[in-house]
Amino acid sequence: MGALQSLSDEPEYRELAEKTGFSFEQIGILHKRFKQLSHNEDMLRRADLDTIPDLACNPIRTQIIEAFFDKRNFHQNGDGTVEEISFEEFLVVMSHFRPPALNMTEEQREKVRREKLRFLFNMHDTDNDGTITLEEYRHVVEELLSRSGALGKETAKGIADAAMLEVASISMGHMEPDEFYEGITFEHFLKILKDIEIETKMNIRFLNMDTTTLCK
Amino acid sequence: MSVHALRKSASSSCSNILVVFVGIGLPIEASAPAYQSHGTEGSHLTNITNTKKAFPVLAVNYEHVRKPFEIALWILLALLMKLGFHLIPRLSAVVPESCLLIVVGLLVGGLIKVIGEEPPVLDSQLFFLCLLPPIILDAGYFLPIRPFTENVGTILVFAVIGTLWNAFFMGGLLYALCQIESVGLSGVDLLACLLFGSIVSAVDPVAVLAVFEEIHINELVHILVFGESLLNDAVTVVLYNLFEEFSKVGTVTVLDVFLGVVCFFVVSLGGVLVGAIYGFLAAFTSRFTSHTRVIEPLFVFLYSYMAYLSSEMFHLSGIMALIACGVVMRPYVEANISHKSYTTIKYFLKMWSSVSETLIFIFLGVSTVAGPHAWNWTFVITTVILCLVSRVLGVIGLTFIINKFRIVKLTKKDQFIVAYGGLRGAIAFSLGYLLSNSHQMRNLFLTAIITVIFFTVFVQGMTIRPLVELLAVKKKKESKPSINEEIHTEFLDHLLTGVEGVCGHYGHYHWKEKLNRFNKTYVKRWLIAGENFKEPELIAFYRKMELKQAIMMVESGQLPSVLPSTISMQNIQPRAIPRVSKKREEEIRRILRANLQNNKQKMRSRSYSRHTLFDADEEDNVSEVRLRKTKMEMERRMSHYLTVPANRESPRPGVRRVSFPTVHFEQPSPPSTPDAVSLEEEEEEEVPKRPSLKADIEGPRGNASDNHQGELDYQRLARCLSDPGPNKDKEDDDPFMSC
Repeated sequence: MGALQSLSDEPEYRELAEKTGFSFEQIGILHKRFKQLSHNEDMLRRADLDTIPDLACNPIRTQIIEAFFDKRNFHQNGDGTVEEISFEEFLVVMSHFRPPALNMTEEQREKVRREKLRFLFNMHDTDNDGTITLEEYRHVVEELLSRSGALGKETAKGIADAAMLEVASISMGHMEPDEFYEGITFEHFLKILKDIEIETKMNIRFLNMDTTTLCK
Repeated sequence: MSVHALRKSASSSCSNILVVFVGIGLPIEASAPAYQSHGTEGSHLTNITNTKKAFPVLAVNYEHVRKPFEIALWILLALLMKLGFHLIPRLSAVVPESCLLIVVGLLVGGLIKVIGEEPPVLDSQLFFLCLLPPIILDAGYFLPIRPFTENVGTILVFAVIGTLWNAFFMGGLLYALCQIESVGLSGVDLLACLLFGSIVSAVDPVAVLAVFEEIHINELVHILVFGESLLNDAVTVVLYNLFEEFSKVGTVTVLDVFLGVVCFFVVSLGGVLVGAIYGFLAAFTSRFTSHTRVIEPLFVFLYSYMAYLSSEMFHLSGIMALIACGVVMRPYVEANISHKSYTTIKYFLKMWSSVSETLIFIFLGVSTVAGPHAWNWTFVITTVILCLVSRVLGVIGLTFIINKFRIVKLTKKDQFIVAYGGLRGAIAFSLGYLLSNSHQMRNLFLTAIITVIFFTVFVQGMTIRPLVELLAVKKKKESKPSINEEIHTEFLDHLLTGVEGVCGHYGHYHWKEKLNRFNKTYVKRWLIAGENFKEPELIAFYRKMELKQAIMMVESGQLPSVLPSTISMQNIQPRAIPRVSKKREEEIRRILRANLQNNKQKMRSRSYSRHTLFDADEEDNVSEVRLRKTKMEMERRMSHYLTVPANRESPRPGVRRVSFPTVHFEQPSPPSTPDAVSLEEEEEEEVPKRPSLKADIEGPRGNASDNHQGELDYQRLARCLSDPGPNKDKEDDDPFMSC
């Protein structure tokens, strides 16, 4: 039904496949979804993503949507945000969630891990100064607990502060009382999350079969 | 090697298990109490005058206590053995405990035989009703849910299809073997072979637990093998009953096969359903136990045992019922019960499962000596080889198929460990033992089963550890719970659910999210006492961590190294702190001292290792230490505040009315920096008990809620101290400055 459409765009898809690592079928399906979301236009806007009902009860939806429009995630060394994205950029953002291939070497795995953690880091570091400050981290935890109501805010602060303390202890070891820990840099971020094995966790399944018509 | 005739009489009666051992050693005569008549018929009165003996000051009556005495002695012996192993340092590092225990059993059995008595055999009823449930409950209650649910598809495929494959492959090839004339077993028909295959094909949870506990392999492989060993019980039960029935009849029809398949679904789903029902009952009961804390653990144990027995009653899968019960009840029960009850449950489960495991292995050894045996070289050797071969083929074949559906594929190393870790154990033996004597091949089967068990436990059990080292298989990461990891795990969950939503397909995370929401809105409301059900997981985790730190402090007498005292909130936020007037300071100190007396903690910690438990008993010590710690912090902070000059305008002290019962809480504006966060941390655990803080504030509270009020007050105070001042845009006569 939907799979054969890809044949007509093959040269374009081939380039995209090479760039992002998706298969042709997957690209076809994602393209279909893209068109569905953007109402058949070429560019996708924030408002289009806002309308997805599944995202409505997600506590971090704003961050997720922002991540799609964040130039740092487009692998083109840009920064800042854009108002609308093309399919290629959509695909590049999605490619962060591809699982690593079975026969990867340790270095390739490390590269994949860095890429995924970089995506997460960009989501937290909203002002793009290369560090996650205490305020930004607090904001993250608050959003996560935002559905708990008033209770969440005070404990969120406590939790974020404790987390920050932990990072500081692990990364810096010892600090004088009057030194100041600026914020979590990307290297520190890598260090504290190295035990999570993010390359096995931060993946979703990209289907080769078309099920987008089943969902809204 | 057949002591057939001798044993037959003893083996029939179930209660004769522990008959002999002690009876040999003690030359006892049950001496009669004085008033018993000595042979003459007639009235009691005449008897008394007839035979008057001296009043027995000391008499021995062994029969009176025989049964419990022997049981207790066996258990004591088993535990002393276990103790002995761990005292020999190098032995326990090389040889897994299960092997040592079997050897001990062999020795004991040999000893008994030498004396001339009949060694007791591992009675199946005892095994299935008393020895197995504690182990399974322990495994089920502490089952790590996240990896289990993530891999449940793979586990099910291995458990169901893998076991079926093993059973049929082995049964079929053994039948083919028996057809060969030279073997001398031509009397064995296909059904008997298939029955044998089904008994010996199932991976045993007890053996797997015993061996894998010691090698600390990575979570994925551990849960795969372990989950498989638990879930294949349904298949084993169905196949066993099926073939047992058929081999009596002799023929199989298509209808029978169809019924068998239906039976499988009934057995497994029925077992899970029974377990879930009892689990919900237990959770519901625990909601009301706040006034009778002492008996809380009993509810957990009894409901689970009832679940097991009920499902065994209907020939459903008892193991799956027990697992389902434990898994279902755990989150709710843990939210309801007290800290001490939790510790009790944990300790009791570990203790019972440890004792059971020890006894099982010793009895296996003893039963081996007891026989009966019928040795046939070809059959037995072939069985062992086929076991290995079918396991390896099964795992490789299934992984090939499974990998197409998995996001994270199983590597060759993973496959090897899964295949090699498929140990057989006491369940196979008991099932074989249960075979009625009408099977002419029963003894041969038993011998073969025992050989397979010995082979897997000894050879595979001992070599798996060096192999794991050799192949450099990933081990379990011994990491402390890190709050960053926890935050990010939750963050990832939501992120992936969101991205799935964008992609437009309902995947794994979508359904998980739906289940969570359903759980939160409907289920938790009924099953969790008080207001706790609203508490998000992250907060619970945070409290856990905090308490753990406090407890570590109690034990080691200093702050734990994760948070060295050199780095504190000051390093993260060196904003200036405002001055507090002397009078204020005194008032604060006084109130603090009063309130800090009422600390109460709850502690939860994760553990599913057999041998290590987190020691969490010193509740009182903990509160005292925390008191001291917080006091120290407060003092330190006080002095710091008072000495560090504020480089902001000093706040208007008049605004800070420390009137506790009427304090308001408001969200601080971003620039404000509560500095005494470490203090807040200590009392965080009480906060969730009162989700709406405003409601608490009206009026002074007494008695039971004193604790909570104390915490809240303390917290507010902490904020009061740390906040730089009223917001610029707030009114002067705000009753209390914003925190």
